[in-house]
Amino acid sequence: MDLNMHLNAPHSMGTTIIGVTYNGGVVLGADSRTSTGMYVANRASDKITQLTDNVYVCRSGSAADSQVVSDYVRYFLHQHTIQLGQPATVKVAAYLVRLLSYNNKNILETGLIVGGWDKYEGGKIYGIPLGGTLIEQPFAIGGSGSSYLYGFFDQAWKEGMTKDEAEQLVVKAVSLAIARDGASGGVVCTVVINLEGVTRNFYPGDKLQLWHEELEPQNSLLDILNSPSPEPMNI
Amino acid sequence: MHALHLFIFTRRPRPSSSHVFCWKSDVSSSYGSTLRYKNVERMKPIGKHSLLGASGEISDFQEILRYLDELILYDNMWDDGNSLGPKEVHNYLTRVMYNRRNKFNPLWNSLVLGGVKNGQKYLGTVSMIGVNFEDNHVATGFGNHLARPILRQEWHENLSFEDGVRLLEKCMRVLLYRDRSAINKLQIAKITEEGMTISQPYSLKTYWEFSAFENPTQGAVGSW
Repeated sequence: MDLNMHLNAPHSMGTTIIGVTYNGGVVLGADSRTSTGMYVANRASDKITQLTDNVYVCRSGSAADSQVVSDYVRYFLHQHTIQLGQPATVKVAAYLVRLLSYNNKNILETGLIVGGWDKYEGGKIYGIPLGGTLIEQPFAIGGSGSSYLYGFFDQAWKEGMTKDEAEQLVVKAVSLAIARDGASGGVVCTVVINLEGVTRNFYPGDKLQLWHEELEPQNSLLDILNSPSPEPMNI
Repeated sequence: MHALHLFIFTRRPRPSSSHVFCWKSDVSSSYGSTLRYKNVERMKPIGKHSLLGASGEISDFQEILRYLDELILYDNMWDDGNSLGPKEVHNYLTRVMYNRRNKFNPLWNSLVLGGVKNGQKYLGTVSMIGVNFEDNHVATGFGNHLARPILRQEWHENLSFEDGVRLLEKCMRVLLYRDRSAINKLQIAKITEEGMTISQPYSLKTYWEFSAFENPTQGAVGSW
């Protein structure tokens, strides 16, 4: 990849994004890496964006495209809420996102996961991949990192989890994807949405569980050398 | 883009004069080579008399369903006792698909439209470029290559519903073995003058116990 590509490539959030329903609401999760070519332009991005008080969207793909789509949808939903006199439903929010994605399918390059809670249907997750298909799912995964999670979710997902089980599942999944996907990295952000409201959580990269061939982070080699045991290798 | 395959066929039961249709499709939607979604309903009732099945791009199928919703709504608003039958809906879809093709912006689907109205059965298909025709059995995608030859041999005018289901299941099993985008989760729809039912998704048993399968390269080590 030449220098030009690194300096002038469009900002893309390779990304891992996840949305999961549990008995009572939804948990949305994402990594925090935004790249231009091979350079990490932002290592602490916020990919879980608010649309209304009770509906959030996880963004993946082109940073610009996903931002402009969320901005339009937030604008429309704001007006819709005023007219309706009550909070917008997750279905309406997802449908607005789908409308923009489908009608501009030739131009846009963004995959989105809309999740939220409303009083009619409770917690709902809608996946809106490239192309503008709208698909309601008990859980959704997206972004380049999601390729590594299909098998994981086939095995680990179950219906009717508690809030803590769901959140732990999301954190574990994003963390596994970060381990293998170069376009995902940084911290894991989660947003829990239910009857009570919205809670944001932050899991820094160095506090996540270690996976295969990953080592415990150290301050310096000197600490290892100066520690009583184990001894350096003797061959 | 989500690639799917769908498969339909028609016949009528021996004793009664009403016509019965039998359709099958699996519930998968792929994304390239990944079997991404495993619970997508690709068959939908249209109005009182018809059933639409689709393969190809799901977002375009969802848009077509919206167009048809509007078509049926306006038809109902006339409130004149008439209703659009499968032939009319098929014609409408053909026009839509062909006109989009002429603008070099096709709806990327293969559609199958069938139904029963006033005792008359109808089964037709439209492709993304507007090619359309009716027949006693139609299929999309791999179904055209794998299922239709079977149907040509074994379909006849006086199939019972049970024989029809067995025949379709035979075809779907072949597709399961030989189409990479297929999954083992399918639905069958039955249409009669009285109405239509779409089954819950179910799975078929498959057979792998041929002795030749157990040690396939015994006679030619290193081959595939």
